[in-house]
Amino acid sequence: MDNTEQKQPVDLLVNMENVSFSHGTRVILDGIDIQIPRGKVTTIMGPSGTGKTTALRLITGQLMPSEGVVTVDGQNVSELNRQSLFALRKRMGMMFQTGALFSDLSVFENVAFPLREHTNIPESMIRDIVIMKLQAVGLRGARDLMPSELSGGMSRRVALARTIVLDPMMILYDEPFTGQDPITVGVIMQLIRELNDSLGLTSVIVSHDVAEVSRISDRLYIISGGKVEAAGSPQELEASTSEWVQQFLNGRPDGPAKFHYPAKDYSEDLLDL
Amino acid sequence: MSGLIDAIAGLGRRVVNSIMRMGRGNIFLFHTLMSTGIIFKEFSLLVKQMYSVGVLSIQIIAVSGLTVGMVLSLQGYNTLVDFGAEQSLGQMVALSLVREMGPVLTALLFAGRAGSALTAEIGLMKVTEQLPAMEIMAVDPYRKVIAPRFYAGVISMPLLAAIFSAIGVFGGYLVGVELLGVDAGGFWSQMQSQVGLYEDIVNGVIKSIVFGIVVTWIAVFEGFDAAPTTEGVSRATTRTVVNSAFAVLGLDFILTALMFGGA
Repeated sequence: MDNTEQKQPVDLLVNMENVSFSHGTRVILDGIDIQIPRGKVTTIMGPSGTGKTTALRLITGQLMPSEGVVTVDGQNVSELNRQSLFALRKRMGMMFQTGALFSDLSVFENVAFPLREHTNIPESMIRDIVIMKLQAVGLRGARDLMPSELSGGMSRRVALARTIVLDPMMILYDEPFTGQDPITVGVIMQLIRELNDSLGLTSVIVSHDVAEVSRISDRLYIISGGKVEAAGSPQELEASTSEWVQQFLNGRPDGPAKFHYPAKDYSEDLLDL
Repeated sequence: MSGLIDAIAGLGRRVVNSIMRMGRGNIFLFHTLMSTGIIFKEFSLLVKQMYSVGVLSIQIIAVSGLTVGMVLSLQGYNTLVDFGAEQSLGQMVALSLVREMGPVLTALLFAGRAGSALTAEIGLMKVTEQLPAMEIMAVDPYRKVIAPRFYAGVISMPLLAAIFSAIGVFGGYLVGVELLGVDAGGFWSQMQSQVGLYEDIVNGVIKSIVFGIVVTWIAVFEGFDAAPTTEGVSRATTRTVVNSAFAVLGLDFILTALMFGGA
């Protein structure tokens, strides 16, 4: 394993120590260690179905680890009761792969939703905040549209506006670029980086879009088969001598990760022996 | 031999899965009941759901009630007239509707119209990650999504059953009195004297409340418990209609036996 990470980064917002997660008999994460430094953009990468989204859900407390400890801002997520967990979640935002906008609410109401639920601020102030957040993602003019009238990229930008409306300390992005055209990908990349730096956030991205995330991430983790295969800055991983890392980063179809699903010998199979 | 063992293992798995589902269903109901406060705090949520669950079901309930009442009257007249008892047509139509047809058919129609829609809506909210998004925003989906829909169904069902029975009686009147010539005075007076408030109408209302709880519980639970895929939602919607029908018919027998069995 090409693990060049620091053992004790100065200021960690999220610390996953020796975390395992199983679903029935299937092991999804197997003793992973991930450290998310405060104020940075950290990306968790890996092939599909390798447990990246599970790692995010462990951070938000939607799932609890079978083993190990997940600490967010000094709090052990597993030990929080529902009230404390909800209090912690108010300080984090998550942008889902589909945007997850409420289909019966307009763009404006979607962004206003967390404010209406968690604050008692007057309607005029809600309006101002929502317009400011929509302006930040370039969709102020789309505030009266319904989610069904938005493109995929617009949905994600509205979701991003909704995510930042309560000024969270951290945003988690679940596959933010999947299925988007190059312009939308560029827009979302720029927004992630700019919002992170201008609002002083911590960002965690789960993705398998190597080129895109390498450009905006401060730190990358590559996980496969439930384990951390490599960690480091984009430059460090690019210089990695690990064949597996090189195969993943360069998208080679065969290598340590096999092209063929395990099967008996090809000629024997053809002859039906 | 291994085939037999596989069959036994498969049966065991099904039984265990069923028991686990029942357990999840009960925990789900507990959480829903614990979230009751939201319907007083945000009454508009309940009103909105009562519109989509109740008001939008009125059309099918009214049309079905009318046709059922007309058919009951037609069939009843043909039997009663042989005994010269056609004056009892009003009583027969009203009792059939209030005691049985109203609550049962309304529940079955409700399961098909509103129950399936509730399951599909909640299931799709799961597929499109709206429910997890709500949880991440520290908003309890039981309070915001489940409880208002559950109580909307529970409140709507007896009202829809009352509409079904009332329109059914009117349908019976149209056929019996206007078409077949039964005396209007006899039709109404027999009905008035023979249909009891407590033993007939209240029992019918109790049935429809029980059916309302069970059918809406099944519908919202199936949506909430659906696998978050299009296939999962489709299966859940089917299960809502099938399980609701079984539950309504089974419970109807039990309730009828308890209410009228010894009389």
